[in-house]
Amino acid sequence: MIRISFSKSCKKSILYKQIFKEINDLVLDSIPIISILSFFIGGVVAIQMALNLESPLLSKTLIGFATRQSVILEFAPTFMSIIMAGKVGSYITSSIGTMRVTEQIDALEVMGINSLNYLVFPKIIAMLLYPFVITVSMFLGIIGGLLAMTLTGVPSEAYIQGIQTDFDGYHVTYSYVKTLIFSFVLATVPAFHGYYMKGGALDVGKASTQSFYWTSIIIILLNYIITQLLLA
Amino acid sequence: MIEVKSISKKFENNKVLFDINSHFEKGKTNLIIGQSGSGKTVFLKCLLGLYNIDSGEIKYDGRSSLKMNDFEKLNLRRDMGMVFQGSALFDSLNVLQNVRFPLDMLTDIDSEEKNERALKFIKRVNLEEALNKLPSELSGGMQKRVAIARAVVMNPKYLFCDEPNSGLDPKTAIVIDKLIHEITAEYQITTVINSHDMNSVIEIGENIVFLKDGVKIWQGTNKEILNSGNEEVDDFVYSSELVKKLK
Repeated sequence: MIRISFSKSCKKSILYKQIFKEINDLVLDSIPIISILSFFIGGVVAIQMALNLESPLLSKTLIGFATRQSVILEFAPTFMSIIMAGKVGSYITSSIGTMRVTEQIDALEVMGINSLNYLVFPKIIAMLLYPFVITVSMFLGIIGGLLAMTLTGVPSEAYIQGIQTDFDGYHVTYSYVKTLIFSFVLATVPAFHGYYMKGGALDVGKASTQSFYWTSIIIILLNYIITQLLLA
Repeated sequence: MIEVKSISKKFENNKVLFDINSHFEKGKTNLIIGQSGSGKTVFLKCLLGLYNIDSGEIKYDGRSSLKMNDFEKLNLRRDMGMVFQGSALFDSLNVLQNVRFPLDMLTDIDSEEKNERALKFIKRVNLEEALNKLPSELSGGMQKRVAIARAVVMNPKYLFCDEPNSGLDPKTAIVIDKLIHEITAEYQITTVINSHDMNSVIEIGENIVFLKDGVKIWQGTNKEILNSGNEEVDDFVYSSELVKKLK
C-alpha cells in the first residue's frame, strides 16, 4: 500500500491542495483537544509529584524536574499519540472506508487515478507536521504543571528552577524521533483499515474500532522498542 | 465496439463467469440483464478492468486487453466513464466540482475551459440550477444525473452504468434511461448498462445480453426479447404478473 501510494503521482497542483486540506483536518484541527488534554495532564502530573515528594529533605525543584521529564519523555509523544489514534485514526479510517463503501474509490480507479496516491500520500505528508502538535503539547503540559503548583501554593520559582535542572537535549531528540515514527503509524495503519475494508456502513464502524486497536498496540510496542534502542 | 471472447472469472473456488462470448456495439445502449447473483456486476467490472479475467480476451475497438502494457491500460481507463449504482459522487465536492473532477485530475486545460466543459454537460443533464449544491442536498435522480455528467465529461469512448435507475421512482428512472440513451447516440459512445429493470430493457435495450448463473443464455434486441422463444429468458421477462397479463 505504501509503495503504491508513493508511485504514479497525481498532478502536483491537486496533491498540494490535498496536502493543505489534510494539514488542516489532521494537524491543525487536533491542536485544541491536544492543548486541553496536555494542559490538565501536566497539572495532574505536577500535583501527583508534589504529593509524593512531601519530605522536607527533598527539594521542591524536583516537582518541576519530574513533571518536565514525564511530559517530554512520555505524556506528550506517546499518550497524545494514543489520543490521536482515536481522533485522527478513526477519522482517516471512516472517511476512506466510507469512500470504499460508496464506491468513490472505485470511481477514482475507473478514472485512471491512483487512489492510494490521492487519498493516502497527502495524509502521510501532512502528518510530518505532527511533531509541531507534540511541541504544543509539551509546552502546555509544563505550563499546566506550573499553574497547578501556583494554585497549590508551591513557589513558582522552585518549579521553574526544576524544569531547567539537568536539561538534556537528547531527551527531546528521542521524543521527536518517537513522534515522527508515530506520525507515520497514525497516517498509514488507519488508512490501511479504511482502504481495504469490505462490507457496508456498519463495517466502517468496525474498521474504525479495529484501526484504533491496532494503531494503539503498534504505538505502544514501537514506544518500547525505540526507548530500548535510544535510552537503555 | 467491445468484443468479449470466452471470458471466465472465479473468486477462489467460486466460479462466477463461464466462457462468455459477446459484443457491445458503438452508439447503442447495450444491456446486461439477469437476476441478482447472475454475474452481471462481475461481468461489468471485468469489462471495466477492475477485475482481471482468468481466461479469454476483451477487445476494445480492436485493442486486446491481453496485449496492453500498464500505460496502455491507463490510457484505456481514460477512455471509459462509469455511472455507479450509488452514484459515487465525492461528498465534499459540489455539483460543478464533481463534474470538473476528472478534468482537474487528468487534463492540463485552463480553468475557464474546464468550467465551460463541465457546465456544458451539467446543462445537458438539466442541472444548471444545482451547480453549488453538495451531493447530500440532491435527490437520488439528481445525483444520478450528476454522475452521468461526470462520466461523460472526458468524452469517453465507453460508458458503463451499474443499475443506473435502481432506487428511483418509475418516472425518474425513465428520465435517466432516456438521458443515457440520448447521450450514447449523440456522442457515439459504446454504452454498457447493467440492469434488471424490464422497463429499461423495453425502452432502451438496443442490444441485450441475458446472463443466468454466470452463463450467457441469450443475446438480442428489445424487439426480439419479448418473443425470444427461450424458456429462461421468458421466465425472467414475464416474471411479473402484470407483464404476463399484458402479453
